[in-house]
Amino acid sequence: MFSPTMRLAACLSLLTLGCGSGERRAEGAATTGRPAGNDAALTGAGATFPNPIYTKWFDAYAKETGVRINYQSIGSGGGIRQFTEGTVDFGATDGPMNDQQIAAVKGNVLHVPTVLGAVVVTYNLPSLGNTALRFDGATLADIFLGRITKWNDRRIAALNPGVTLPNSDIIVVHRSDGSGTTFIFTDYLAKVSPQWKRQVGSATSVQWPVGLGGKGNEGVTQQVQQTEGAIGYVELIYAISNKLPFAHVRNQKDRFIEPNLKSVSAAARGADLGPETDFRVSITNAAAEDAYPISSFTWLLVRRDNPDSAAGGQIERFVTWMLRPEAQRMAADLHYAPLPVPVIELVQKRIAG
Amino acid sequence: MTALSEPDAPTQPIPVASASLERASRGDQIFRGVLTLGAVTIPVLLGFLVFELWMGSRLAIDKFGLGFITESTWDPVAEVFGAFPLIFGTLLSSVVALAIAVPLSLGVAIYLVEFAPKSIRQPVAFLIGLLAAIPSVVYGLWGIFVLIPILRASVFPFLRDSLGFLPLFQGPIYGPSMLAAGIILAIMIMPYVMSVSREVLLAVPNTQREAALALGATRWEAVITTVVPYARSGIAGAVILGLGRALGETMAVTMLIGNRHEIAASLFAPGYTMAAAIANEFSEAVGDMHLSALAYVAFLLFVLTVLVNAGARLLIWRVARGSGAGSAAL
Repeated sequence: MFSPTMRLAACLSLLTLGCGSGERRAEGAATTGRPAGNDAALTGAGATFPNPIYTKWFDAYAKETGVRINYQSIGSGGGIRQFTEGTVDFGATDGPMNDQQIAAVKGNVLHVPTVLGAVVVTYNLPSLGNTALRFDGATLADIFLGRITKWNDRRIAALNPGVTLPNSDIIVVHRSDGSGTTFIFTDYLAKVSPQWKRQVGSATSVQWPVGLGGKGNEGVTQQVQQTEGAIGYVELIYAISNKLPFAHVRNQKDRFIEPNLKSVSAAARGADLGPETDFRVSITNAAAEDAYPISSFTWLLVRRDNPDSAAGGQIERFVTWMLRPEAQRMAADLHYAPLPVPVIELVQKRIAG
Repeated sequence: MTALSEPDAPTQPIPVASASLERASRGDQIFRGVLTLGAVTIPVLLGFLVFELWMGSRLAIDKFGLGFITESTWDPVAEVFGAFPLIFGTLLSSVVALAIAVPLSLGVAIYLVEFAPKSIRQPVAFLIGLLAAIPSVVYGLWGIFVLIPILRASVFPFLRDSLGFLPLFQGPIYGPSMLAAGIILAIMIMPYVMSVSREVLLAVPNTQREAALALGATRWEAVITTVVPYARSGIAGAVILGLGRALGETMAVTMLIGNRHEIAASLFAPGYTMAAAIANEFSEAVGDMHLSALAYVAFLLFVLTVLVNAGARLLIWRVARGSGAGSAAL
């Protein structure tokens, strides 16, 4: 980011103020022109999925307050690892830490939900035209298990009355790289299909019974678009911005729901969050009437008790800022579903306490 | 030639002030120190790397032992790991790449050195060299958007129709496959194999060619009977360089190979390589055993590379006995 010479120059110019904590201060001062003593920089690492909105938030936040936040989108697994090792001020993840991981940091972690994401099922059936396919969880699970192999299978046909389905093979495409998207999708399938739970389970990468692996959302999309009869799953935002066809999915209340920002936020509104919640809730297969069932929070990982109290205060101030309506509106602009108001209030209460 | 050009330094002292002599020798010492440091750094780094990989994979080594190499399951949820499909995929994709790239690049090199008009030798060599400068992610994207559609629409069906009696060319055609990865690898290693072979062929003394021609050989016969055998050890070196690249290539391969932990006889079927699996899963691996299994894969990839290189060098050494040119290229 900064060449050694620039760093040296910045350091030299700050020599009178003390160059003790080096780089960070130098960077902050060099870009904002504020005295080095007042502003610190925070570092974070983790999930790639919310990276666009985090980048936008951190940029807006730096302009408003002068506090720079450096974020490395290295993936949720890496975020959890770096957070555990204490090399970053905060982590970020698409899948919550499990109990074992929480024990590794002696419980000193708070999951702060930031925005919502969703996973959509996309497919390549040119004969369908603009009609959106409809699925339910059990059928999706059996397709991805390789137990339903033809598009005109009677179970798919029963969900899509009036739609002529071709007598062609279903070609399954999944993510080959470990990803939060896979976690959300398999978490949903494990909830709706006992067979899936037994045979595959849910994780950021799993042993897929059938199908081809594509790298990243773009890899899956390419393979689906190039292969007639293919089915795959991608992030909602990616599907919207690339105008992919996606299926409506039946939720717990037996309604077929189109994935969009509203139906994803609805899934969070229906989440069972008690006042003592640690926010590690899965909202796939949510109970709300108009909830899209393959939705999830994405979280920041922050320390409950931060030994570095200055950094702790900085993070707290950022989280408070992020929950304001203006910041959440930025999320909607980038097609992230904003947090519903009850969740925001709950997080605010928790941060204050 | 050495006897003529080398001055007899000790017997003819150069008349210079002793101070400047001292300074010169101190300069030499510093220079020597710096170079030694550089030379020592690399083995130390390598040792450190191996140590780190070993430590990182301890958990998986303790649990799976050598069975890891022959086991085919890769299940991060149940934490059961085996690298056999990855090792198989790494070797097979590299072999496919060599099978395509070596005849092609050798042909180009021979043409450029022996047959091409002078005016196009440099431009063609330069253009092929440019292929080496393209980032592998660009190869991958080009593969997804351009190569795979062509392969699926015409090349694969043609191969299945004409060579379908071989198990290699049977089965359903998806696009992303072992063969697609092998083809992209072949394109990527071509510039290396071509450039080195060309240098080696250029180093073959003209007297060899003249002798063959004088005996009545045609140009073609001179090349096949004299020039290529003379340069064979250097050409083998070029192939090893290409093989090394192919074994370790990650990004373009993972974009085209289909990423399936499976062993299939057909080249149309998707596969997986060791480097691709590490790149794909490392960033999101959360379980300790998963991470450790990936480190174990990295360790095995290292061992595999060493073995392949050692084997190839042994081969060259045996081939090269008695032949001169080109061993210098190694």
